[in-house]
Amino acid sequence: MSKANGNFNRTQYRLGFFLLLAPIVLWLSLLIILPHIDMVLVSLRERIASRQYGFSFSNYTAFFTEPLYWNTFVRTAVMSIVATVLTLLIAFPVSFYIAKVLTGRPRIALFILCLLPFWVSELVRTYGWMILLRETGLISGALQWFGLADQPVEMLYNDVAIMVGLIYTSMLFMVVPLVTTLDSLDNSLIEAGYDLGGSSWNVMRSIVIPHAMPGIMSGCIVVFMLTLGNYLTPTLLGGKSSLWFTEQIYTQFITRFNWEQGAAFGILLLILSSLIVWLGLKITRQSFTRVMS
Amino acid sequence: MIPSIPSSRFFRVSYLSYVTLFFVFLITPLVVVAAFSFNDALFPSLPWNGFTWDWYLGKGEPRLGLFHDDALLDSIGVSVQVAIVTTMASLALATCNAFLFEREQFPGKNFLYVLMLMPLVIPGVILGVSILVFSSTVANWFEVQFGYEIEALRPGLVLVTLGQFAFLTTIATLVISARLRKFDITQEEAAMNLGASRLTAIATVTLPFLKPALFGAGVVAFLMSFENFNTTLMLVGSDAPLTIAMFDRLREGSTPVLNAVSVLLMVGSACLALVSLFVQRPAKP
Repeated sequence: MSKANGNFNRTQYRLGFFLLLAPIVLWLSLLIILPHIDMVLVSLRERIASRQYGFSFSNYTAFFTEPLYWNTFVRTAVMSIVATVLTLLIAFPVSFYIAKVLTGRPRIALFILCLLPFWVSELVRTYGWMILLRETGLISGALQWFGLADQPVEMLYNDVAIMVGLIYTSMLFMVVPLVTTLDSLDNSLIEAGYDLGGSSWNVMRSIVIPHAMPGIMSGCIVVFMLTLGNYLTPTLLGGKSSLWFTEQIYTQFITRFNWEQGAAFGILLLILSSLIVWLGLKITRQSFTRVMS
Repeated sequence: MIPSIPSSRFFRVSYLSYVTLFFVFLITPLVVVAAFSFNDALFPSLPWNGFTWDWYLGKGEPRLGLFHDDALLDSIGVSVQVAIVTTMASLALATCNAFLFEREQFPGKNFLYVLMLMPLVIPGVILGVSILVFSSTVANWFEVQFGYEIEALRPGLVLVTLGQFAFLTTIATLVISARLRKFDITQEEAAMNLGASRLTAIATVTLPFLKPALFGAGVVAFLMSFENFNTTLMLVGSDAPLTIAMFDRLREGSTPVLNAVSVLLMVGSACLALVSLFVQRPAKP
C-alpha cells in the first residue's frame, strides 16, 4: 500500500517537474535558439533566382571586401569601448561617494536620484539632448548669450554628441552594480590600509578596486552590450553621418530587403559582442553566471 | 576618502562639486524636455515665447495638443496593451523558472541556467531580427505546405509581444529567483504537515511571500516593455507602439507635442515608481 503510494507520489512529482521544465524549454528553443540558428542559415545563402537559394559565403565576403561595412563595424566597436571606459571613469567617483562617503537618508536619496532618469524612456532622454545640442538649442543659445559665439553653433550630428548620449544612457547600468559592490566593502578595511601607511592611491588600487571588480565587470559588460546594440542614440544624435552598425542591419533588413546580408551582419555583431564579453570575463577571471546575477 | 579618514578641505570641496555636476548632467535633459512642453512656439527651441497649455490641450493644427492627437493616443493604447500581455506572460513563465532553478536538481541544470541568461547578452536589434527571420521562415513553410497564411507570424503586434517577452522573462526570473532563495522551505513543509497539498501550500504560503518580487518584476517588465525600442523596431507592423510613433515624428521634426508626451511618460513612470516603493516597503521582513 505504502509502496504504491510512494510510486504515485513519484509520478506526480515527475509530472510536476516536467510541467515546470516544458515552458522554459519552449521559450528558449522557439524564441532564442531556433531563431538564431535560422539566422545563421539565412546568412549562409545567396539568392540565385526568385525564391531559389544556394549555399554561399558571399554575404560574409561582401562584409570584408566592402570598406564601408568593415569601417562601420570597427568604428562601432571602438566607440562602444570608449563609451564604456568613459562611463566607468565618470560613474566610479559618484558611486564611491554614494556608497562610502554618504550615510543614512542623503545616501538613499542620492541613489534614488541616480535611478530616476532611467525610469523615463531612452527616447525622451535622447530628445532632451537634441533640444540641448541643436543649432537653435539651449547650449548654443547660452554660448551666444555669454558672448562665446557670435552665431548659432550646431552641436548635434557629430561623434561627441553620440558619445554624450551613449554615456548618459548607460550611466544607470554602471552606477547600480558599482554602488552595490562598494557598499559591501567594510570601511575598516580601508582604514586598515591607511593605518598600515598606504596612500590614497595605494588603498584605492589594492583594496577598493579589487573588491569592486565584480561590479566593475558586470557594469562594463552590460554597458558595452547596450552601447554596441544601441540604435536610437546614434541615429538621433549622429544623424546621417553616425555610421553605427545596427543601422546597417536595419538598412539591410527593412530598407533594402536584403535579409541574407542583414542576417550576416547580425551574426557578426553577435560574435563581436560575445567575444568581448568572454574576453572581459577571462581577463578578470569572473564567471558569467555570477556577473549576470 | 571616507568620513573616518581625514582629507583636505580642497579635496572634499572638489569631490562634492564633481558629484553635484554629475547630477546636473543627469537631470538637465529631462528638465529641458519638460520645460519646452510649455513654450508658446511651434518648435521645441529657443527663444522662450511665454507659457502655454496648447501642447496638451490645443484643438487643431498646427497647434494640435496631446489630448486631441488621436495618432499619439492610439499608439499609447497599443503600447499599454502590448506591455500588459508581455508582463503577465513573462511573470508566469518567470515564476515557473524560479521554482525550477531553486527547487529542482536535474542534469544539465547549469547549462539551462546559462541558456536562460543568454537573452541578456543578445543585443535587442539582433533578438528582433532573429525572431523576424525565424517567424517568416515558419510562415513561408506553412504557406508552401498547406497554402495557409499565418498572419500572426508576419511583422505586427504578436511578434512585438513575443520579442519583448523573450528577454523580459530572463529579467523577471532573476528577480523572482532571488526572492525565492530567501524563502524558508520549512514553512511550506509545515503547511503540508497541517494537511495542505503541495499546490495549496505554494498558493497560500510561498506565493504571498513572493508577492513583492512579483510586483517589482511586474513593474520593471511593464516599463521595459512600454519603453522598448530596439526589438520592437524590427518586428513592428502597421500598428505603431508609442516609442516607434515618437521616433518617426522626431526624425521628421515635430512640434512640442512630443515634449507633452514625454512629460506624460515621466509622470506615469514616477507614479509607478512611487507605487512600487509603497507596496514593497511594508512587506520587507
